[in-house]
Amino acid sequence: MVLPVGCKVFGLFLSMAETDLDIDYVARLARLALSDEEKQTYARQLNQIIGHMDKLNAVDTEGVEPTAHAFPLVNVLDADEPREPLPIADVLRNAPESRDNQIVVPKVVEDA
Amino acid sequence: MLGQSLLASGLKWQKLERVYMPFMEYEAVIGLEVHVQLKTRSKMFTRAPYSFGHEPNTLTDPVVLGMPGVLPVMNHEAVHKAAALGVLLGCEIAPRCKWDRKNYFYPDSPKNYQISQFDQPLCLGGSVEIEMEGPSRNVMGAHRHVQLTRIHLEEDVGKLTHFTNDSLVDYNRAGAPLCEIVTEPDMHSADEVFAFMTAIRNAIVSAGLSDCDMEKGQMRCDANISVRPVGETKLGTKVELKNMNTISGVRNAVAYEIKRQVFAKKNNTEVIVQETRRWDPVQQVTQSMRMKEESHDYRYFPDPDLMPVEISTEVLQKIRAELPELPFDRQRRYMESYDLPYTLTSVLCPDYELSVFFEAALAATKGKGEPKAVANYICNELLRDLTAAEGEGRAPLAESVITPAHIGELVALIHDNVISKQIAKDVWAEMSHSGLMPATIVEEKGLKQEQGDSGELEALVAATVADPKFAKAIGQYKDGNDKALNSLMGPIMKATQGKANPAQIVEMLKKAVDGA
Repeated sequence: MVLPVGCKVFGLFLSMAETDLDIDYVARLARLALSDEEKQTYARQLNQIIGHMDKLNAVDTEGVEPTAHAFPLVNVLDADEPREPLPIADVLRNAPESRDNQIVVPKVVEDA
Repeated sequence: MLGQSLLASGLKWQKLERVYMPFMEYEAVIGLEVHVQLKTRSKMFTRAPYSFGHEPNTLTDPVVLGMPGVLPVMNHEAVHKAAALGVLLGCEIAPRCKWDRKNYFYPDSPKNYQISQFDQPLCLGGSVEIEMEGPSRNVMGAHRHVQLTRIHLEEDVGKLTHFTNDSLVDYNRAGAPLCEIVTEPDMHSADEVFAFMTAIRNAIVSAGLSDCDMEKGQMRCDANISVRPVGETKLGTKVELKNMNTISGVRNAVAYEIKRQVFAKKNNTEVIVQETRRWDPVQQVTQSMRMKEESHDYRYFPDPDLMPVEISTEVLQKIRAELPELPFDRQRRYMESYDLPYTLTSVLCPDYELSVFFEAALAATKGKGEPKAVANYICNELLRDLTAAEGEGRAPLAESVITPAHIGELVALIHDNVISKQIAKDVWAEMSHSGLMPATIVEEKGLKQEQGDSGELEALVAATVADPKFAKAIGQYKDGNDKALNSLMGPIMKATQGKANPAQIVEMLKKAVDGA
């Protein structure tokens, strides 16, 4: 699979040019509040990763099936037999706050 | 139309639109994304149980909650049912497909991604046959096929309830197997959308793949709507509609949105922007949800925890063989093989349970009796009783005292002239209370029709014909109106307590009148 330069993958721009990486956008998607210093650090590190992608892209993969796995395994399926669910006390144990057996989250509206 | 003739002259519609805007004819283009929860006992990628109507957060496990270190394992039944859905709707089933992570941050998804299918869906293409409303209730409407783009198999997300200061999350629904059915932008009116939703629900419920109850969230629908001048081939700016919780709600929301967009274009009151709008069923309007575009940047990538799925031709053949016919195919069969009128088939066929009931009742007549008589008892008497038994809606067929065997036997008794249709009404009333079989009721209550021309009956007929009250009717009969004699039937049937054979009385009446 050869991706053209500038092609958007995982929200990043694949490019040799470091300036194409919009670190603010990536941070916003990941819900991360970064200091200017952190932005510089992560932008540099991410660019190295993207640079590595470019190296991979340079390999001729013509005729090779893309795969996410190293094993030639398919149809790992389980019978539809329900098991005991987690007790409600355990479910809520990690929630910072709960009410009426539900997990309380800050008011979220779709326009967030 | 004006728009078309002006377009034919070679001008661009954008230019025309500015000048002729108020006179342009617009058409709507609608595509749907329908989500259907598959009927399984456990979830899509873990064996936490799933069904509707449980206390919040009682159907979860560490996988559902996205705890560190957990691994998803796919539900065989969900994959099987999703493939069956594809086969049912005529899709091409991919010989190999994979699952991807759709990344986004929202509390409905505790692991910050939803497992879905991005570029290799399980089913491609396919179509759904729809029927538009006919000119009247007893006339079949126009049929056509709405084209599908794809169907993919994913997991459902949790349910949020919003309050003034916070929101509550229930993860019971999270991880339930969900099929997303995507249509081509192939519909052009709210009525077509309504017909599509009705047809796809009937088909899926019939096949036992989902219960498709929109109010329980088992079927949900988002609509993409745009409008364009008639004759234009490019699509206009699309608006996505959400939050429609009934099939009628979908129709109302789509109708409103089309009207809003056409009005805005014709009167230049607002620019239609690409956005997501929410249907408000109370105010009956759509409202902008002001979602940021970047929230749609899902950064899909293959889920490394799941292996691809391959469905063999043999498995597909088995699935195909196990599927029942589609409701409209069943309806055509009933009309052709059983000679049933459209009105009866349009009651029986969309409801799989009812059509199964009908076929069982027909089999129970053992060939004695018309399919139409069986269908009439089900569509009229049975449904009337079931509706009366329930305050709102209809009592479930499974709770009915009257079984297919009852109806089959009753129809056979009428066919064999053991009882008249009139007596059958009493038998019906009796069996719907006691649950006794019709033959038993007839035997115990001595309801058997009098056979042969007993002197008593002959005298009764002669007396009726001689009654001056009926002179006029007899005159009409002699003038060629065969039906006029029906008015003489009532008193005779009454005198025999309904036990006389109506056909026999008609014959005797005719003989008596013609001979007089």
